Amino acid sequence: MLDYLLPRYKVLRDDDLCIRCGVCERSCSNEVHRVDGELDRVTANHAKCVNCQRCVVMCPTHALTIAKWPQVSNGSNNWTLETMQDLAKQAQTGAVLLSSMGNPKPYPIYWDRLLLNASQVTNPSIDPLREPMETRVFLGRRPDVLRVNERERTVISKMPPQLRLDVPVMFSAMSFGSISLNAQMALAMAAEELGTYFNTGEGGFHQDLRKYGSHAIVQVASGRFGVDVDYLNAGAMVEIKIGQGAKPGIGGHLPGEKISAEVSRTRMIPEGADAISPAPHHDIYSIEDLRQLVYSLKEATRYEKPVAVKIAAVHNVAAIASGVARAGADVIVVDGFRGGTGAAPACIRDNVGIPVELALAAIDQRLREESIRSSVSIVAAGSIRSSADVVRAIALGADAVYCASAPLIALGCHQCQDCSSGKCNWGIATQRDDLVRRLNPEIGAERVVNLVRAWNHEIKEMLGGMGLNAIDSLRGNRAMLRGVGLNEKELSILGVKYAGE
Amino acid sequence: MSTKPSLREGAVRIPSGCAIAGIMDRSGERHDGTDIMAAIALMHDRCNGLGGGFAAYGIYPEYADLYAFHVMYESAEARAETEAYLGQYFMAEKQERIPTEPVQSIVNPPDIWRYFVLPHPMRLNMSGLDEAEYTMRHVFRINSSIPGAFVASSGKNMGAFKGVGYPEDIGAFYRIGDYKAWLWTAHGRFPTNTPGWWGGAHPFTLLNWSIVHNGEISSYDANRRYVEQFGYECTLQTDTEVITYLFDLLVRRHGFSQEMAAHIMCAPSWDDIDRMEPDQAAFETALRCVYGSALINGPMSVILGSDEGLLALNDRLKLRALMAGERGSMVYLASEQAAIELVCPEVENIRAIDGGVPFVVQLDEVARRKAAESPENEPGVQSPASLFTGVAPAQAKRKEA
Repeated sequence: MLDYLLPRYKVLRDDDLCIRCGVCERSCSNEVHRVDGELDRVTANHAKCVNCQRCVVMCPTHALTIAKWPQVSNGSNNWTLETMQDLAKQAQTGAVLLSSMGNPKPYPIYWDRLLLNASQVTNPSIDPLREPMETRVFLGRRPDVLRVNERERTVISKMPPQLRLDVPVMFSAMSFGSISLNAQMALAMAAEELGTYFNTGEGGFHQDLRKYGSHAIVQVASGRFGVDVDYLNAGAMVEIKIGQGAKPGIGGHLPGEKISAEVSRTRMIPEGADAISPAPHHDIYSIEDLRQLVYSLKEATRYEKPVAVKIAAVHNVAAIASGVARAGADVIVVDGFRGGTGAAPACIRDNVGIPVELALAAIDQRLREESIRSSVSIVAAGSIRSSADVVRAIALGADAVYCASAPLIALGCHQCQDCSSGKCNWGIATQRDDLVRRLNPEIGAERVVNLVRAWNHEIKEMLGGMGLNAIDSLRGNRAMLRGVGLNEKELSILGVKYAGE
Repeated sequence: MSTKPSLREGAVRIPSGCAIAGIMDRSGERHDGTDIMAAIALMHDRCNGLGGGFAAYGIYPEYADLYAFHVMYESAEARAETEAYLGQYFMAEKQERIPTEPVQSIVNPPDIWRYFVLPHPMRLNMSGLDEAEYTMRHVFRINSSIPGAFVASSGKNMGAFKGVGYPEDIGAFYRIGDYKAWLWTAHGRFPTNTPGWWGGAHPFTLLNWSIVHNGEISSYDANRRYVEQFGYECTLQTDTEVITYLFDLLVRRHGFSQEMAAHIMCAPSWDDIDRMEPDQAAFETALRCVYGSALINGPMSVILGSDEGLLALNDRLKLRALMAGERGSMVYLASEQAAIELVCPEVENIRAIDGGVPFVVQLDEVARRKAAESPENEPGVQSPASLFTGVAPAQAKRKEA
C-alpha cells in the first residue's frame, strides 16, 4: 500500500559549514543522516526525523537546522494538513494514534493570565539577600488542633508522618521502562541534593536506586508492578496513582520488546511480556474501596509514611478530591491535562481532562468550604514550566508542585513527543544501552539541581517582592494574583480579581 | 455618615499606617483616660484624621458579669431593628445612650448606645452553644445583616470608643477622661483611602478581645482563607479583623495561651529551628506544620487587649516600631518612645519589642491563676463541621452563623 504520509520535518544542512564528520549520523537513532563517502556529502531521510534536535546540538559547525516540512495545506482551517495526515496514518494502519509528552493543542494556559503582586509604599518588599526567606514545606496530614504542653514545649498529639521539602518542587512519577535508569538516577541524585523527592512511577524501584529511598516516592498504580512490602517501605511516601493528567481514564501498555532483563526484574514480570496497567485499579471501583487501599498501605508501612493519591484533573475534580481526603489520603496530587506522558493515545491526550489551574483552584476552595483544607496537603502537577508557575500554583492553593517535563528538558529532552518509539537520542525515554549511555547521571543531576536552585532563587525574589518571607504565607494567598484576559466565570473559579481591581 | 458605600472597608481592602499605644496597670488599679489621650495625641502625625479609637478594660465594674454592647446607629430604623433583635436573643439589664461631647472637627456622628445584656437563657440552651460563641454569632449577625447598625464592642466590663477623626478628638467626643480602666489601648489611623466609617475605625473587637494594629500584613489572604474555614467571616477585609479571629481561633477554640497563639503567628524561622535540640525542634516543626496558614507575614505591630491583660507583637523581621517601658506596676507601649516619656517621664527599662517575640503583660491575679493551671491546651469548640451541618448547604449555613 502506498504510504500517503508526508515528512513532518526537513533537515536543512548548510553545505558550506558541513565538514562531513559524521557526528550527525552517529547521533541519530532514527537513521536520518547518512555520510556518503563516495559522493563526499551527507544526505538526510527527512521522513524519519522527529525533531529531537540531538544532531543540531551535536554538530560541531552548527551546520544543521530542522525546519517544519514546508508543504502548504489547502488553506482550510478545518481540514488542516495535520488533521489530514492523522487520517492518512489511521487509514494506513487501522490503529489508535499514539503520542507522547503533554497536550500540545492551543487551549488557554491560565498561568500566563495570572499576574503577581509586589509591595509598594504601604508595606516594604523584603530583600532575600538580607533577610531569611523560607521555601521549606511539609506534606502530610495535620490534626485540626495540636495538643501541646506549653511549659515543657512538647507535643502531646500524635503528629502524623510528614514529608519535608526544602524546595516546593518535586519530580513527578516516571517509571523505569518509560525512562532510562540513568534518567531516574539523575533525578534521584538531584532530589537528594536539593532536599526534595523523585517518584518511581509504577515501574518498580530498581536496586541501584534504593540508596536514594529517603528521597523517593514509590507509586502504586493499577498494574502494581514491582509492589511488595519492601518496595512500599523503601521510599519516603507512597503514592496511589488513580489517574494521570495526560491520559485520564485509561491505563498503560509497555510492549514486551521494552521489557528487558532489568525492567523485568524491577517490575517483577516475565522478560518480554507486555506490561499492561488496567484503566481502573481492579480493587477500587468506588471511593470506599480507595479508603481500603489507603489504609492497607498505611498498615504495610506502619503508619510511618504519608500516603498520597494522585488524580487527573477531570470535570468533577473538586468533589473527587474531597472524597479522596475523606478516604484517608494525606496528600492529594492533582495532575492537569497538559501533563506529560511516555505514551498515550493522542485522542485522549489532546481532548480529555481540564487545566490544572482551574482544577487546583476548585479543589482548594472546595476543601476550605468543607473545613478540611488544612488537614491535607495538595500538590499540583501538569506542566509547571517556571518558577513563576510554581508561585502561581502555591498562591492558588497548592502546598507544592510536581514537575517532570522541566527536569527532563534540563536533561536534554527537546519535547519531540516521540518517547513511545523508545529511540530517544538523549538517553531519556529509551532502554537501548548505546542511547542510555549518552546520559551521564552525575552531569544530568547537576543540570537538574542547577535548574531547581535557580527556580528557588527566583521564588525567593518573588516572595520578597510580595512582602512575604515564608512560603506558608503564599499558600492560598490569592490576593497576590490578578487576572488578565479572563472572563467573569474564569475569575470566579480561580478566585482572583481582575488586574486593576 | 455620608461615605460612599463602595469606599468603606469590607467593599475594598485598604492598606493603612497607624499609631498605637497601650497603658496598663498590672495591679488592676484603674486610671482615667487622660494619659492614653496624651500619648496618642503626641503621635498626631502618624494619623490622618480618618480614624481613631480607644479600648478600655475595667470600665463597667457594676455590670462586670454582663456583656456590654457598644452599638453605633446610622438611623432610628437601624436602632429599632437592632433593639428588636437584641430583645429576641438577649436580656438587657440596662440600656442608654453613650454620653458624648460635641467636638468641632467631628461632623455628623452616629447615634451611639450601650446595652448590658446576657444571652436569653432558653435560646442559649436551645442553641447548643456556649455563652461566648452564642454572643459572638449574634454580634456577627447584627453587623452583617442590619443595615446602618454596627456593634463596636461586645465584651464584659470593657468597651471600645472609636470613630472617624483624630484619636484625640474622638477621645474628647466620647469623654474618655470620665472612664476608669486598668488597661487602655489607643489607635490613630492613616488609611490610604478616602473617608472611613465609624464602625471600621479601630480598635477592632470581638467579645473581650480588642486589637490595635499598625502595619499591613502581606499574608492577609492566606490568613483570611484559613480562618474562614472555621466559620469566621472577614467582612471588613482588614488585618486587625483577621488577626483577632486568629487569636480567637487559637486561644478560645484551640485552648492555647495568648502567648503561644502569638508564637504560632510569628513562628521561629527554620534556620532557628534547625539549630534547636531535637525535642524542641520537633515541637516547633509540629506547630509550623499544623498552623502554617496562621503565620503572619509583613510589617505589623499589634497590641491585643483582653480580660487577662495585654500582649504586644511585632512581625518576625521587626518591620514596624513598637516601644515598651515600665514604672512600678504600670506598663506603657507606643509606636514612638516620645509618647511614653510624655506621660511617664520617669519610665524605666524602655526598649523596642523584639521581632516575633510576644510581649505579654498579665494582671497579677491572672498571672497567679495561670501559673497554677495545666500547661496543656484544652481545645474547646472545634468541630467545624458542626457549624455547617444543617438542612441547607454549608455555604448558606455559614452566612447565618
